[in-house]
Amino acid sequence: MITRGFKGRRPPPETSGRIPPGQSLTTDFPVLSAGPTPRVDLASWSFTLKVGPKRLASWNWDEFNALPQVEVHADIHCVTKWSKLDTTWRGVSIDELLSAAGVAAPTRFLLAHSYDGYSTNVPTEDVVGGKGIIALTYGGEPLAPEHGGPARLLVPHLYFWKSAKWVNALQFTERDEAGFWELRGYHMYGDPWREQRYTGD
Amino acid sequence: MAIEPRTVRVKSYFVEPTQPFSFRAGQHVDVRLTAPDGYQAERSYSIASAPEAGGPLELVIEVLDDGEVSPYFHETAEAGDEIEIRGPIGGHFVWSVGDGGPLLLVGGGSGIVPLMSMLRHRAARAAESRALLLVAARSADQVIFREELLALEQAPNGPIVVLALSRDRADRAGDYARRVDREMMTELLERLGEPPRYVFVCGSNPFVETATQGLTDAGVAASVVRTERYGG
Repeated sequence: MITRGFKGRRPPPETSGRIPPGQSLTTDFPVLSAGPTPRVDLASWSFTLKVGPKRLASWNWDEFNALPQVEVHADIHCVTKWSKLDTTWRGVSIDELLSAAGVAAPTRFLLAHSYDGYSTNVPTEDVVGGKGIIALTYGGEPLAPEHGGPARLLVPHLYFWKSAKWVNALQFTERDEAGFWELRGYHMYGDPWREQRYTGD
Repeated sequence: MAIEPRTVRVKSYFVEPTQPFSFRAGQHVDVRLTAPDGYQAERSYSIASAPEAGGPLELVIEVLDDGEVSPYFHETAEAGDEIEIRGPIGGHFVWSVGDGGPLLLVGGGSGIVPLMSMLRHRAARAAESRALLLVAARSADQVIFREELLALEQAPNGPIVVLALSRDRADRAGDYARRVDREMMTELLERLGEPPRYVFVCGSNPFVETATQGLTDAGVAASVVRTERYGG
């Protein structure tokens, strides 16, 4: 349906092919979250890898920071319609975590869990092979609490709610189990290029 | 679609869905505008009307200086236009009378909009549990729905309504002539008188951060606080 009188503001030509449908470019870094920003104490911070209820490995803050890190440059896309280009993150890849735990990815799906009780589901194949990291810095600085610090999952090729803030565990699951927003009407996979915003998209 | 000005920068757009549309207070819709060449822009707007109101949905749109969709609505859209909407969307920032109270609502600027749907719903269903709304704006004339809010406050079991005006006098007892801060959150909890069962905070990110940190510092459990942040 053509909207009478609407011309629109096209994204700048140099961003051609980088802004998914329905998204608009922002240079800010908007914050979206379901509740208050948790303040996570580094002294008690921990990160756990598990399969179902069973713990595979866990790390405290110092141990986690001692793992080899990688830098990721990526465009990010939020389901609330903004996209941000050329963001730079640093953290520990999921491949590295599996290797440090001495295991291969045990199942095809996982749930990321967070300090505020949030969770989100991602297929395993979308975070291995260099596609996902646990990010510890953004733009060269420690990750700010409102952006998910101390650590967040980063899976930039999916809508950004999949990149869980304040992450404290990855739990491998046998089936694709819905997380927080996925139980509240949002898409199970969330590919911005296919505009998979909501259930049924 | 019908249009009604609310403040100098805010208008209400009354959209009549073409199909049956049921929603919960606090939900939003996605609006999609399509240019003749197929280019599309999408934005989310909260619903201000009550779920039981029937008739058109009230969407409230503030014009943003560097915006794309909001200037279209303010400068180009006319009564009678057809607009493509999708929804309702959102299953977290929602409240129904059956969820119970007390209810603490904190809105900054156009963050009042989903809270207005909750208050209208509450009034329509004659809810008796306590409710308090704090709404922040630069000045009294920029408080969206100000007259309706003050009328709601006077109704039986009406919510306590508190204005926080950053660049205006506080004419009513209990209002504030400053931005939201921690101390204000502590005082709101005292005025509500009972621990809130649900807290909804909506506004810009700095507004939501200040309000929610103030509330959790004052002892409100993070698990009862739901937020919606806009802008960036």
